[in-house]
Amino acid sequence: MSTDTKPDLNIDRSIGDFRYDVAYEFDAGLGLTARTIDYICDVKKDPDWIRKFRQDALKKFESMPMPTHWASPDLNNIVFENIRYYLSQGTQAKRSWDEVPEDVKRTFERLGIPEQERKFLAGVEAQFDSEAAYSNIKAAVGEQGVIFVGSTEGLHKHPEIFRKWFGKVIPTGDNKFSALNSAVFSGGSFIYIPPGVKVKHPLQAYFRINAENFGQFERTLIIADEGSEVMYMEGCTAPKFETATLHSAVVELVALKGAKIQYITVQNWSPNVFNLVTKRGLAHEDAEIKWIDCNIGSRLTMKYPGVIMKERGARGEVVSIALSGDGQHQDTGAKMIHAADDTTSNIISKSISLGKGRATYRGLVQIGRHLKGCKNNTECDALLINTDSRTDTYPAITVHGKENACQHEASVSKISAEQIFYMQQRGIPKAAAMSLAVNGFVNDLVQQFPMEYSVELKRLIDLEMEGSVG
Amino acid sequence: MSTILMEKDLETGVWPEWFDQSGAIQEYESAPRPTRKDEAWRFANISALDLSQFQAAPAPSNEGRLITASSGLEKFSAKMVFANNTLIHEEAPQLPNEVLFLPLEVAAREHAALFRKYFMAQPVELGSHKFAALHKGKVTSGAFLHVPANTEVALPVEIFHWVEGAHSSVFPHTLIICGENSRVTVVDRFQSADGLKAFACGVNDLHLAPGARLTYVAVQDWSRDSLAFHLNSTIVDAQATSTALTANFGGGFLRGESLSRLVGEGSRSEMYSINPVEGTREIDQRTLQDHLAPNATSDLLYLNALDDASRTIFSGLIKVQPGAHGTDAYQKVRNLILSDEADPNSMPGLEILNDEVRCSHGATNGPISNEELFYLQARGIPRETGCRLIVNGFFNALLQKIADPALRDYLEGLLAKRLVLGGTPQK
Repeated sequence: MSTDTKPDLNIDRSIGDFRYDVAYEFDAGLGLTARTIDYICDVKKDPDWIRKFRQDALKKFESMPMPTHWASPDLNNIVFENIRYYLSQGTQAKRSWDEVPEDVKRTFERLGIPEQERKFLAGVEAQFDSEAAYSNIKAAVGEQGVIFVGSTEGLHKHPEIFRKWFGKVIPTGDNKFSALNSAVFSGGSFIYIPPGVKVKHPLQAYFRINAENFGQFERTLIIADEGSEVMYMEGCTAPKFETATLHSAVVELVALKGAKIQYITVQNWSPNVFNLVTKRGLAHEDAEIKWIDCNIGSRLTMKYPGVIMKERGARGEVVSIALSGDGQHQDTGAKMIHAADDTTSNIISKSISLGKGRATYRGLVQIGRHLKGCKNNTECDALLINTDSRTDTYPAITVHGKENACQHEASVSKISAEQIFYMQQRGIPKAAAMSLAVNGFVNDLVQQFPMEYSVELKRLIDLEMEGSVG
Repeated sequence: MSTILMEKDLETGVWPEWFDQSGAIQEYESAPRPTRKDEAWRFANISALDLSQFQAAPAPSNEGRLITASSGLEKFSAKMVFANNTLIHEEAPQLPNEVLFLPLEVAAREHAALFRKYFMAQPVELGSHKFAALHKGKVTSGAFLHVPANTEVALPVEIFHWVEGAHSSVFPHTLIICGENSRVTVVDRFQSADGLKAFACGVNDLHLAPGARLTYVAVQDWSRDSLAFHLNSTIVDAQATSTALTANFGGGFLRGESLSRLVGEGSRSEMYSINPVEGTREIDQRTLQDHLAPNATSDLLYLNALDDASRTIFSGLIKVQPGAHGTDAYQKVRNLILSDEADPNSMPGLEILNDEVRCSHGATNGPISNEELFYLQARGIPRETGCRLIVNGFFNALLQKIADPALRDYLEGLLAKRLVLGGTPQK
C-alpha cells in the first residue's frame, strides 16, 4: 500500500462516548489496602470465607511482580494507588425496570438495550459500574431452573453451587491481575444451567465503565450442568476519559459432561482503558467450550481465553478478532490445555493493525504425557494496513505423545493494491474499498457471531477504518 | 564460580595485549545466571547448566590417532584439526593463495584490523550473553578464514574440533569473512575422541560482504552426555546468500543460538537444522531472523525427531524492522514424535513492523504415519528398521537443500551412520 495513507483514529464513537454524573452511594476511595478490602466486604455483607479469600488475594497481588519480562512495559503506567476499587449505587441488583434510576436508564437507552434488544434476549444483566443495576430474566428461562444473577447474589443465595466452583478454574495466584480481581471483585454474573436444559436465547450482559480512574473488576462464573447448553454474550462500550482506567475481570466457565458453553465478547473500551482479563473454561467429558472474542477498543488489552480439556472427548475452541489502531495494543491469544485422551481444540485468530497500532497473538498449546487421540489446530493471520503498523506472534507449543497431532500456522499480509484498484475501477471510493477488504478478511469469523453482534461488528470495523486511508 | 575458571590457562600470552580476556571473565562472572523466568530460557532445563564439574582440557594424548580420524570429504581445499583447544594439524592442498586460513590467535596478531572488525562483533542477544563472555575469556585458538573479494574456493574447507578426556572443556571458534562476490563452502565438525562427558562452548560467526555466497555446515557429535553451547551469528550484506546447516547428532544438553541479520538489500539467509534426539538428551535452539534491509529473504526449517524421553525446544523469531519492505521470511519447525515420553516445545514467533512483507511460520507435531510403516512392513522391512528409514527420509529432505553433490552425499552418509541404518539402533 502507498504511504500516503494517514492513520487517524478520531473516529466517531457515538456509541458509548457519553457520561452522566452519578451520585455514588458507596465509594471505597482511592488506592488499595487491607482496609479497602474490609470496606468492600462490609458494604457487600460478604461471608467470612470470602473476606479471607479477598485478603489472601491482596497479599498475593502485592507479592507478585508485574509480568513485564514478557508483557508490554506499558503495564508500568498503571498507577494502582490512583484507582477506585469499589463504587456502587447500592448493593442489591434491581428487580424490575421501573426501579432502575432515571439517569442510569438514560445511559442504557443510549446503548440501545431495553427497547430493541430486550425482546430478543433471554435475560438482561446490565452492569453499571461495579454492581448490577438492572437484572431481569425472562420467565421462561427462570422456569427452566436457570439461575442468572449477579455474582454477589449468586454467592449469597446459591452458596452450595457457587463455592464448589468459584476460584477453581482460575486460582487466585494464576497471574497478578487475577489476584487483583480476587481481592476486589464485584459485579459480574453467576449463571447455572440445570442438567439437560438448552437455553434457546443468548444470555446477555453489558459492562460499562462510568467513573474516571475507576477500575472495574467483575467476576463471572458460569456452570453448565450435564447435557445443557448456553450462549453468553458480553458487550463493552465505555465513555472516553482523560486518564487511564483499569478493567480486570475474571471469567470462569465450567462445562460438565456433555454440556456446551459459548462465550461471546465484543470489547470496545475507550482508548485509555487497560483491559487485563483472565478467562478460562474447564471442559469435562464430551463437553465443549467456545470463546468468541472480538477486541476493538482499549489502550492495552491482554486476554488469552483458555480451555482445560479435563476429560475424554472434551473440545475447546477460540475464535478471535482484534483490531488495533493508533496508540492501541491488542495482546490477545488463546490457551489450550489437553489433559485427557481424544480431546480436540481449534484456535483461529485474525488481527488487523492500522496506523501505529500493534496486534499481538500469544498462544499456549499443551498436550500432556501419555495421552492419545488429541488434536490441535491453530491458525493466526495478521493484516497490516499502514507502513507503521505492527504485528507479533508468540506461540508456545508443547505436544507429548506419539498419537497426537498439532499444527500451527501463521501468516502476515497486507491488502493487495490490485484488490483496491479493482474496486476503485468500479466506482467504490478507496476508503470504502479498504473497509470491504478488511471485512472480507474477517468475514468468515464474523459470521460465527450471533446476528446482531455481527452487524454491530461490521459497523465498528467500518468506523475504525474511516480515516485510516487518505 | 566453576572450576574451569580456577584452572590456569594452558597457554598464556597467545593473544595480543588488546585482547581483553580478563575483562571477559569479569563480564561472565558479573552477568546473572539464566533463570526459568527469563523468556530466553523458557522451557529450558536450567539445572543442566552446572559447570562446576568441568575443568581445563589436558594436552591431547594421541595426536596421530585424531589426525587420522579427521578424514572427511574425499576432496577438500584446506583442513585444520584442533584437539582440546590446540591446533594439531593443518594442510591446504587446494587453497587459492590469496585466501587467509589461519589459527585465530595468529590472525589476531598478523591481521589485527580485520580481526578486530569481525571477531565477536555481534552482541549475543538470544540469551547466552554470559556464556559468550566465558567463551571470549577462555578461547585460545580456532579457525580464521578470510576469502578476499571475487575469489572462489572450489572445494570445501574442513575444520575438526576434538575434545578428549573426562570433564574437559573446549572453546571452539570459527570466524569466516567472505569478501564481495566470493564463494566458499566450510564444513565444521565437532567430535568427541572418547565418548566421555565434556563441556564445549563454541562460537561461529559468518560475515558475508555484498554478493558473497557461503555454505556452512556444522556437524556436532559430542558425546551423548556432554554440555554444549554453540553460538552463531550470520551477517548478510546485499545480494549475498548464506546457507547454514547444523546437524546435532550428539550432546546431552545442547544450547544452540543462531542469529541471521539481513543488512543488505536482496540478501538471503537459509537456516536449516537436523536434530535426531533420544534418551534424555535436550536440544534447546533459539533463532532470530532479523530483517533490516529491503527485499531480503530468510528461510528457516528445523527438523526434530524425538525418541525416548528426549526434549527439544525451538524458539524462533522473525523480526521485520520498519525499513525492511519487500521482506520474504519463512520459519518452520517440524517435530516427528517417536515416543510417548518425548517432550517437544515450539515457540515460533513473529514481530512485523512493516506492511510490505510476506511472512509465514508454522510448527507441526506428529507421529510416523501408520500407512507409511505398513507399506514398508508389507515389503518385508521390520517395523524398527522401517521407523529409522522414515526418520532418515524426514531429515534427508533437508540435505537436498545442499547444492554441492559431493558434500550432499557425504552428509547423507553421516546421517545414515548416525541413524544406524542397516544395523542395530544405538540408544
